[in-house]
Amino acid sequence: MKARRYAYYPGCSQKGTAVEYEMSARAVAKELGIQLVDVEDWSCCGSTPAHTVDHLLYGALAARNLAIAERMKLGTVVTPCPSCLIAFKSALAMAQNAETLEELNELINLPFKGTITAKSLLQVIFEEIGVDVLAEKVEKPLTGLKFAPYYGCILTRPPGLAQFDDAENPVSMDKILAALGAEVPDFPFKTECCGAAFGLSRRDIVQTLSAKVLEMAEAIEADALVVACPLCHQNLDLRQDQINSYRGSRREMPIFYITQLIGLALGFSPKDMGMDKHAVSSEDVLKKWEANLKERTE
Amino acid sequence: METINAESIDRDFIQAVEKESGQYISHCYQCGNCTAGCPLNFVYDIPVHQIMRLVQVGQKEKVLRSHAIWLCATCETCTTRCPCEVDVARVMDVLRIMARREGTVSEEGVQAFYDAFLDSVKSHGRLYELGVIMKYNLHTKRPFTDAELGPKLLGKGKIHFVPKNIKGARAVKEIFGRFAKKRGS
Repeated sequence: MKARRYAYYPGCSQKGTAVEYEMSARAVAKELGIQLVDVEDWSCCGSTPAHTVDHLLYGALAARNLAIAERMKLGTVVTPCPSCLIAFKSALAMAQNAETLEELNELINLPFKGTITAKSLLQVIFEEIGVDVLAEKVEKPLTGLKFAPYYGCILTRPPGLAQFDDAENPVSMDKILAALGAEVPDFPFKTECCGAAFGLSRRDIVQTLSAKVLEMAEAIEADALVVACPLCHQNLDLRQDQINSYRGSRREMPIFYITQLIGLALGFSPKDMGMDKHAVSSEDVLKKWEANLKERTE
Repeated sequence: METINAESIDRDFIQAVEKESGQYISHCYQCGNCTAGCPLNFVYDIPVHQIMRLVQVGQKEKVLRSHAIWLCATCETCTTRCPCEVDVARVMDVLRIMARREGTVSEEGVQAFYDAFLDSVKSHGRLYELGVIMKYNLHTKRPFTDAELGPKLLGKGKIHFVPKNIKGARAVKEIFGRFAKKRGS
């Protein structure tokens, strides 16, 4: 298999509330022959808070990491996090303007050319490995499980910047999940907003918007929701109890990262994929899956 | 229907928004597509297409004091769907930035969270999640916000009780320093 090497930028969440995304992303990448070389001493991309203060600061916080990644001469920096991704893509778009590029260089005091490409790990898996290769590598198909793929906002938006999948009806996760042997019904809320970064400051927003996503997943009788974003996961999983109290519901809908499910199908154990790290237990869904697998082999 | 006195049109404001956002505000023909798709509209005091209209007619005060500009989640639905190719989310972002400068921020808690987040990055080079929550809670005088989430994180390696600085923490701090100097603050 062709060796694929990329600069890798995990992002802050991977070291905190999204440790299971970190574990599963690295394990799956390795298994698929994607070599991820960490950007040395990476710093925060600035995320949403920075662009509400000043676009130049936003660009600079991302550019420091891009400058270090450019030195690695690998051509592409890969991140699992949509918020880091859009920060990188915004900085790279800013760098197209010579004057702004100079300002960014001044601020970070590092040579930054703006020539590197930024991609999400999902994009690399979907476009460069592809669903056919994935399907061939499946050892334990996700038979009998029904997943609602939830893409959220900025993985594919705005389309001019994201340059990936379809902004209104993305299908990359749908196709990956189908290749893993799962059932993927139409999920009408796949690109709705979960409430993003308002969890702390305006929890009512997250409780309302994330509840709609969960309710729709339940309405299409999904066993679980699948995400590719640490913030979506935090709102839907970690805050699911808060959502239940707010709405007077008693739902327990497991939320998986797409890499956790790819890993499971490739033969990794649930523990290796950090399935025990969720706030909402995925035990029942995993039991159902194991029973399905057993039935299939008998 | 509300009428706007021609004398109240702040042309400098319209120009400033256009310059900072790089968008032609006049291209908006009020189709309402942005508002129709806006997931945050239910908490807005002024729907986003009306924000666009108010910018077109230079109603600086009204726009920069609105809650809507702070409750926009930058989900990019408006930008994606605008038939006139106006980057509406970018306009909302620029309006927030202007409201900060003018001292007319209407959602103090939202600003407090963003500030606590950036302070964390400035101090440690990366986001220190627990530190942000503590700082936010201290600032808003609501010490137990999200305290119930603690047990869900414990023992999973998801929460750290001591911040860990990256080697380049000083370099990151210097970016903030040079930025502040550049903006003259």
